[in-house]
Amino acid sequence: MIYADNAATTKMSDTAIRTMYSLMNECWGNPSSLYTHGQKAKEILEEAREDIAAVIGANPREIYFTSGGSEADNQAILTAAAIGKKKGKRHIVSSAFEHHAVLHTLEKLKKEDFEITLVDVHENGLIRPEEVEAAIREDTCLVTIMYANNEIGTIQPIPEIGAVCRKKNVLFHVDAVQAVGHIPVHVNLDCIDLLSASGHKFHGPKGVGFLYARKGIPLTNLIEGGAQERGKRAGTENVPGIAAMAAALKEANRSMSEDAARQTRMRDMLIEGLSQIPHSALNGDVKHRLPGNVSFCFEGIEGESLLLLLDDKGICASSGSACTSGSLDPSHVLLAIGRVHDVAHGSLRLSIGADITEEEVCYIIRSVKEVVAYLRGFSPIWRDLMSGKKEFIL
Amino acid sequence: MALYSEKVMDHFRNPRNVGVIEDANGIGEVGNAKCGDIMKMYLKIEDDIVQDVKFETFGCGSAIASSSMATELIKGQPVSEVKKLTNKAVAEALDGLPDYKMHCSVLAEEAIQSALEDYQKRTGKTI
Repeated sequence: MIYADNAATTKMSDTAIRTMYSLMNECWGNPSSLYTHGQKAKEILEEAREDIAAVIGANPREIYFTSGGSEADNQAILTAAAIGKKKGKRHIVSSAFEHHAVLHTLEKLKKEDFEITLVDVHENGLIRPEEVEAAIREDTCLVTIMYANNEIGTIQPIPEIGAVCRKKNVLFHVDAVQAVGHIPVHVNLDCIDLLSASGHKFHGPKGVGFLYARKGIPLTNLIEGGAQERGKRAGTENVPGIAAMAAALKEANRSMSEDAARQTRMRDMLIEGLSQIPHSALNGDVKHRLPGNVSFCFEGIEGESLLLLLDDKGICASSGSACTSGSLDPSHVLLAIGRVHDVAHGSLRLSIGADITEEEVCYIIRSVKEVVAYLRGFSPIWRDLMSGKKEFIL
Repeated sequence: MALYSEKVMDHFRNPRNVGVIEDANGIGEVGNAKCGDIMKMYLKIEDDIVQDVKFETFGCGSAIASSSMATELIKGQPVSEVKKLTNKAVAEALDGLPDYKMHCSVLAEEAIQSALEDYQKRTGKTI
């Protein structure tokens, strides 16, 4: 099997598995308990907090463990909204291609009389800091922009947007789920006030993530109960999961530049190979993109069929086609960068890991070429395009 | 459980009656690219019997499988029977489709009915 869907989830690293297993075996006490067995778990928990804080340049007291990226996104946005509401500020700036954990939370706030401005993500999938600045108003209480897009992999100019927010004195939340552990993220250099991350996107376990909240930001609780996480997130902490996440992040951070260099080389090979397919196009900027992300649209075919046939060839990938989302609309990300429906249905996302080999890359290119040609062979759209009845878009 | 039944996967991987009939006397095309599914059916009807049928489909796995199964169900059948083909029959023959994919079987039914209408228009025959 060639796994090329690391943006969906990653395989846990050996270190993370070992950490989790040994803690489940030996350190299973409740960190809130007074006795030594519990306090040992508390120590492990706090060590994990320190390790994670160090990686993103934060203070350990600014890290709150959550069930994952979605919870962290929800809590960050609802926190900023609550702070804004108290000051009579009910305007939020975001973008159309954010993750649904962000967009759906914003939809919820709309019903509570918040106004949302979505800045343009442009054809290259990059947000312009000056447009964020222009969108900020007197009553803006939050700017929320993702670090890197989960489908097309474009890396946003976060430090520049952060600087704008600082200047305008507006809270800045960054959904960094696809970035943390893959590219350098530093909350101070990037002027970030709130940041969300998820363990399973960097070879940690699922069901665990964290929220960074700059000192002094009063968090709104999503889960009420005990005094865990300084009273801001109730529920007995998932100590083995949290420690495994910290171990995975430390490891990812250590090998980041080496992994990124290798991934970038493989990614560019894939882009070059797939670009040879006629009437295809890379989605998102070629330069400002995650080292592991390759996203293409192929005219005349539909993404789900492509994925199923690639699966038959042992390749795990994903698509933004409607049929893979369970709705009639293709990915909101592809539509946001201006891909029309016809083309957006024929999308393919390959998100490679650092361990992919050159042979595997060649095999993927060969397989995608074969499958696209096969599906085009009996596509009525392709026939119309080839006969000139319809005009090519790509 | 897998997304699709074995039968759907079989018809998806090895679609029957794929292609074009150059001298078809009934052609139907339904769906649109916006929704991600287009089916085109070609019928060759002689003596009120579907002598040959071919299809082209742009769509997901179940759309391709539904087209393939529909062609199998109608090949060699009298047009009066073909007219009665329902999407349910197509879905059942595939051992079922996930709920949100039932529209693929509807498209297959519509493509065939549209091809029959085209045949009626061309020949002036009523079925």
